[in-house]
Amino acid sequence: MIATHYIYWLIIVLMMSGLYIVLSHGHLLKKLIGLNVFQAAVFLLYVSFGKVAGGTAPIVAPGIETYSHPLPAVLVLTAIVVGMATTSLGLALAVRIFREYGTLEEDEAIVAEASEHTAA
Amino acid sequence: MTHLPVLQVLIPLMGAPACALLRQRRAAWTLFLLVTGGALVCAVLLVLRMEQGSVRYALGGWPAPRGIEYVIDPLNAPMLALVSLIALIVAVYARPSVEAEIETRRIPLFYACMCLCVAGMLGVIATGDAFNAFVFLEITSLSSYALIAMGKRRRALLAAFRYLIVGTIGATFLLIGIALAYAVTGTLNMADLAQRLPDVYGNRALTAAVAFVVVGLAVKMALFPLHSWLPGAYAEAPSAVSTLLAGVGTKVAVYAFLRFALTVFGGSLVFGLLPVGSIGLVAACAAMVLASAIACFQRDLKYLLGWSSVAQIGYIVAGLSLATVDGISAGYLHMINHAVTKAALFAAAGVLLMRLGSVDLQALAGLGRRMPWTFAAILLAGLGLIGLPPTAGFVSKWALVLALVEQGQWFVVGAVLGSSLLAVVYVGRIVEIAWFREPPETPLLRPPAVPMVAMTWLLVLMSLYFGLSPVLPAALADGAAVAVAGRLR
Amino acid sequence: MTSEIELISLVLFAILVVTAIGITRLRGLYGAVMLAALFSLVIACLFVVLDAVDVAFTEAAVGAGISTVLMLTVLALTRAREAVTPRRRLWPAGIGSVLTGGLLIYGSQDLPAFGARDSPVQRHPITEAYLLESQNDIGVPNTVTSVLASYRGYDTFGELAVIFTAGTAVLLLLSYVPRHDPDFERRKLLLADYRILRVVSKILFPFIFLFALYVQFHGDYGPGGGFQAGVIFASGFVLYGLVFGIDNARRVVPRWLLRVLISSGLLLYGGVGLTSMLLGGTFLDYDALSPSHPVMGQHVGILLVELGVGITVAGVMTAIFFVFADRRVLQ
Repeated sequence: MIATHYIYWLIIVLMMSGLYIVLSHGHLLKKLIGLNVFQAAVFLLYVSFGKVAGGTAPIVAPGIETYSHPLPAVLVLTAIVVGMATTSLGLALAVRIFREYGTLEEDEAIVAEASEHTAA
Repeated sequence: MTHLPVLQVLIPLMGAPACALLRQRRAAWTLFLLVTGGALVCAVLLVLRMEQGSVRYALGGWPAPRGIEYVIDPLNAPMLALVSLIALIVAVYARPSVEAEIETRRIPLFYACMCLCVAGMLGVIATGDAFNAFVFLEITSLSSYALIAMGKRRRALLAAFRYLIVGTIGATFLLIGIALAYAVTGTLNMADLAQRLPDVYGNRALTAAVAFVVVGLAVKMALFPLHSWLPGAYAEAPSAVSTLLAGVGTKVAVYAFLRFALTVFGGSLVFGLLPVGSIGLVAACAAMVLASAIACFQRDLKYLLGWSSVAQIGYIVAGLSLATVDGISAGYLHMINHAVTKAALFAAAGVLLMRLGSVDLQALAGLGRRMPWTFAAILLAGLGLIGLPPTAGFVSKWALVLALVEQGQWFVVGAVLGSSLLAVVYVGRIVEIAWFREPPETPLLRPPAVPMVAMTWLLVLMSLYFGLSPVLPAALADGAAVAVAGRLR
Repeated sequence: MTSEIELISLVLFAILVVTAIGITRLRGLYGAVMLAALFSLVIACLFVVLDAVDVAFTEAAVGAGISTVLMLTVLALTRAREAVTPRRRLWPAGIGSVLTGGLLIYGSQDLPAFGARDSPVQRHPITEAYLLESQNDIGVPNTVTSVLASYRGYDTFGELAVIFTAGTAVLLLLSYVPRHDPDFERRKLLLADYRILRVVSKILFPFIFLFALYVQFHGDYGPGGGFQAGVIFASGFVLYGLVFGIDNARRVVPRWLLRVLISSGLLLYGGVGLTSMLLGGTFLDYDALSPSHPVMGQHVGILLVELGVGITVAGVMTAIFFVFADRRVLQ
């Protein structure tokens, strides 16, 4: 069990740390970094399903018999791009939030909003 | 005709880059109107074709599971029609509303994002491939984050960012679930998965896959207690965006849940071996009662409506969680009826926002007599939220209660009734403020925009029509439920 | 897996875990961003170990490249230090991640053994189809490319739509009114004033663009393709913008051109699909492009859609960098 499954567990530890960063930090940029870490670990999980022991990259060439599976790699390529799109949109929102609130700390922004509300 | 399934998604999707190239705001709007109209034509033709059975369309010419396919069946054809119809109504509604709320030079890109949002929803509904559903779900999500952020107040930015983080975590959970299901079957095609999964029922990786898919979609549908992003996102968004998303945004996730639970994993796993049904009923009860109660204390009309949406998702999920033909049919019917009702309410809120500059409840004091049409619309649609005849809300709530009674779920029936009473309170508050207070001296900001009021009333009349003569939506909902009847337990 | 490779991947995992801990502990944000870039690079190495070379290429370009540049530009516009995380945030976060991890570990017990040849993924008939039949159907040695651009070409179309969405959304959020700001003109310091930078970067440009073209058109045979090429193209413009200033870069690539690029890539991809529909196939059925010689049709189709991907990606990345790097956006 350990010999055949430890890779999965290491990937799970990475996923947990990514999710922890997203949830625990109040700084918007840190949250986005955490999302990237979380998603990158999920990508590893995908690719690990395609790996064959002793296989090579799925580029067909004479003399090679064993290839790892191309499909997980394709899915991850798509997912990486989706993740990057999310990151850049999140950063654009962060820039706008900084312009309006003067901070990137979620808690400070909420406090600023609440005090404005009571003042009005 | 054979290309209808892909044209359904392709028309709005190709409309987006075209919109982005345009400079004129009216040209971009016209294009958006045309593509939503085109999507509706495709959807109606597909619904009509359902009599001859399901339609499968192999994209790229590769037969599934090698390639990706679109599958249109009675479960998703009505959803395509619903999304396209609401999108078309929003398109007509949007012109004056967007011109008032969005800076002129941003309008073409705004409409490009609207096209993408609609295309993504249609893509999630039409696809027969699990991973492709994720990709299109993200098209919708990303465009709605941007659209929500276009709201007038700076709070819209915070709401959009929070939605981005929560929504991405939800999408990533869905991605994990798909990965685990892929690992134990080797396929991503939904029909192929459905065929192979029963052999591995009881596999713990599959159990985890179900859990991740369900949680991921619960985030996207804002099911209690994962609803925190919804009220702010809907309330702060520009009116046209609120109307579109409140109408059909979360419904797409509900549909995806139905699709994954019943046709991919199979009801005997999700509702039989695993306790998803019981958990769903508990979450639904909590959503109905708590969210309705919170709605009673809101100071802003759009926040009130947002919390009411969280409660209404509870009704839908309660029906689906029963996993009986009647329950699914009732949930599906409520999904259609609530889409129309809530879109009407957010559309009316948009009219108020445009004429008053605010939808703070205090600002509405005494306006019932000065804006009779708008407030009459709010009243009639509000009756639908409570579930009183002759509105559509009554029909679907009645069907839901019958389905619950049939299964002996008296506790849930109690929650439905309690939530309806709370709805009386929050709708009553609006009525009290609008009609029984002294009207203000201040003049209204702008004259009413005819397309906005007209579309609000169109939605209200649809909800009344579905209440008085529920033949069409009931037939569609029954068709959907019967289509999955074989996979319930 | 042989023991050396196992050892390498264990070391890489150890680095990743330490990096992740560093990211959450570090309050200086420049450091955190650099650690995130390191994380991406190490993940990319692991992808190579796992035989996913195309993925490694992309992860390095995106995670360590574009994302890092964008995060640094945003950081330059805002404050570089994070407040102390309040304790009340830590517990729910810990519980959330432990629950997720617990569920995954529970599920992982029944996952097929890592690297097994008889796992469901390897046994499924599409494995055979993708690895062997693809050589007759499509004739592209890099099977990742054939799956990406043909078998699952529609996913890639969706992916391109996601990139397009991101570009449109960022332009929608951060579009600015161009206005003359003499104070700004005086304050800005051009890196181009340093002769070495100016000369070296000018020497680099042709190579960057040549490499981008190579990656664009060599995707059939080795790792690479439209996305990676688009990113490399954009990095050329990014370098130009960094060295010669955003105003000069905008003169080379004006905004209208970017908007045209962003849209035309997606339109090209969709156009290939529509053409195949008009020629009697289904959407994106490249066989229809050349009915007498389907493999030829596949080649043409893949070439064109990869070109579409490259154009839109290059446009979106450049546009996003320009609006992020332009400080006037903030005013």
